[in-house]
Amino acid sequence: MYPILKQIFKTGIKTETPPQADESMRLTEQRLQQEILDAFGGALAIRMVDAGSCNGCELEIHAVNNAYYNIEGLGIKFVASPRHADLLLVTGPVSRHMEIALKRTYDATPEPKLVVAIGDCACDGGIFGESYATCGKVSNVIPVDVVVSGCPPTPVAILQGILTAISAGRNVAQE
Amino acid sequence: MPIKHPNLKLTRLTDALPAWAGEVAPEYLHEICLQVRDGGGRLVALWGSDSRPRGCETLPTESADCGSSRVAPPPAPEGCAPPSRGRGFMLHVALMNESGLVCLHVVLLNEHPVYPDLSLIFPAANRMQRATYDMLGIYAHEGHDHRKWVRHGAWHSGSFPLRKDFDAAASRTDEADAYPFVQVEGQGVHEVPVGPVHAGIIEPGHFRFSIIGERVLRLDERLGYVHKGIEKRFESMSLQQGAKLVGRVSGDSTVAYAWAYAMAAESIAKVTPPSRALWLRALLLERERVANHLGDLGYLGNDVAFSFGFAQFWILKEQVLRNNAVLFGHRYLMDKIVPGGVTVNLPAEGKRIIEQECEMLKRQVAILRGIYDEHAGMQDRFIGTGLVTPKLAAQLGLCGLAGRASAQAWDARVQFACAPYDKLDVQMATYRNGDVAARVIVRFGELFESLRLQLAILSNLVHEEDKPALIEKLPANGFGIGIVEGWRGEVMVAIHTDAQGALTRVHPHDPSWQNWPLLEHAVIDNIVPDFPLINKSFNLSYSGQDL
Repeated sequence: MYPILKQIFKTGIKTETPPQADESMRLTEQRLQQEILDAFGGALAIRMVDAGSCNGCELEIHAVNNAYYNIEGLGIKFVASPRHADLLLVTGPVSRHMEIALKRTYDATPEPKLVVAIGDCACDGGIFGESYATCGKVSNVIPVDVVVSGCPPTPVAILQGILTAISAGRNVAQE
Repeated sequence: MPIKHPNLKLTRLTDALPAWAGEVAPEYLHEICLQVRDGGGRLVALWGSDSRPRGCETLPTESADCGSSRVAPPPAPEGCAPPSRGRGFMLHVALMNESGLVCLHVVLLNEHPVYPDLSLIFPAANRMQRATYDMLGIYAHEGHDHRKWVRHGAWHSGSFPLRKDFDAAASRTDEADAYPFVQVEGQGVHEVPVGPVHAGIIEPGHFRFSIIGERVLRLDERLGYVHKGIEKRFESMSLQQGAKLVGRVSGDSTVAYAWAYAMAAESIAKVTPPSRALWLRALLLERERVANHLGDLGYLGNDVAFSFGFAQFWILKEQVLRNNAVLFGHRYLMDKIVPGGVTVNLPAEGKRIIEQECEMLKRQVAILRGIYDEHAGMQDRFIGTGLVTPKLAAQLGLCGLAGRASAQAWDARVQFACAPYDKLDVQMATYRNGDVAARVIVRFGELFESLRLQLAILSNLVHEEDKPALIEKLPANGFGIGIVEGWRGEVMVAIHTDAQGALTRVHPHDPSWQNWPLLEHAVIDNIVPDFPLINKSFNLSYSGQDL
């Protein structure tokens, strides 16, 4: 036990200040009322769906959980079922083979719900585009609130996208 | 030369790699594969290509439902060439033994594209053969398993995306994926379906567990969910666009894929990159290995509810990623290796940063390894869990990191040390126990070795002007192959060019093809809650095998 405690104390606190919301990431106008957002902002549950990504975006979503970005410290956590979720984080160009699974996950998420598309492929199809095997961007398959571009987007950008989705639609960054 | 056979004439592909290729008729394929297996060799990859002359492409179009026996293809139309070999469908089989890599080009009959089933010699061939049928419509004669693999319900069973005359619009369907899972029967047996959307931040795939109580009797994997038509996409790309795409076959192994692709292109163009570029490539590859091993070791702690391990290892991983961003402009090093060279440089200041990072990691990882080793609860979960015996591993062709944890001593950096690894004397990490604990031990071993290698690479990295040797375009009708030991195992990329020198077929091969079937064996007799731990200890790629 002693070596573990020693290592924890030596490591110290690494967590950095989270980024501000960025309205330029918003795809559709904020659909939720202030009261709901206030409740969400307090404790948000995210269900992550890889709908066809190369696993690059997943690496950065993992990183959002590390001590530097410490997403759980903001009251946001990843959950194991869409039925527990307030927000879907979707990556990848949606492969045709994941189309039904993604739609069902969306349908299984209770209202009110938000969708954030992560990565260039999720924003516009990326390098894979649309083909016999892919539907392209996520908004071709389910409604999307906020898009975060990048290949893969940095953890800060991902955090910013999530925080934008639960902000009230004002441009906080410019205030 | 690694294989001798009277009906096989091999030619050396490149000086950079002990790799040969040669054409062979299907009737000799069995004999040659047996010879390789009996000599201790392995199957690396199996893929097909369509080089039929234009205008004769409409046949054969036999359809085959999964599970049913094949229907004989209809006769060739009049006006087409008589039964001929050489310009039709081809099967390509990459084999490896101790003296090198051999790619067999098997010329199939245009009108009846079949080849002998290899899955009885190399069990790993099973899924590759099924995928080759789904994509190209060439199949293993008298094969035992004709179930579909990559195809679900996005295109018709009678149409094949990698054929040059594939009509995407006409072959589109929305049928459900009716896949014949193997059912286990008996009193008290029930099934647990998991996926494709998993309960964590993981790629999608479906696992069908047959269990009795907590105990797993059988696992049946169903992959292909992230099939996004990568191989077809290459056909419309330039060499440079292809280099970007290949780096996104499996995002966690982007350096390994980009290097293997560059190696294949350089072998066709007969270009040797400047030595500084090769040293930098090795540096990037080892940094990719370090980042992934750190991440996995953290998650292996997390999966046994030891969140301290996750927190600590991911702090270290984040520091490596941040240094990557500062020094090379990308946290995962995407698009840094291109055919002919690299797009990055490392100033003297950067060398110092990496040296400091390596020293810091050596100290920190040693502390954490001590804690992992002495943590009774953790070792209790690791030891004996998810066992793959060396015998089974050899029989089924387990490779890469997981293979080395089951005494399969293969590492492309050691056996086929291409430059600059020929000057580095890589020490392979192996272990015999084949359980989760063994895969953790091998990861620690490889992590320390990668840190040593990075320091050795830096001391060899002399400052010289890079000669601009980037390859613009490839020669016509070329074939090249590249193989790189990524963090998960050996990554292979094969490139075929057409009469204009354009990419006509690119096949990236992930070691996960070989290792996924072993996961089905590793979980037998374990309890269901240990599956995430066992799965993580292999950490196989979905995207890399679904393509």
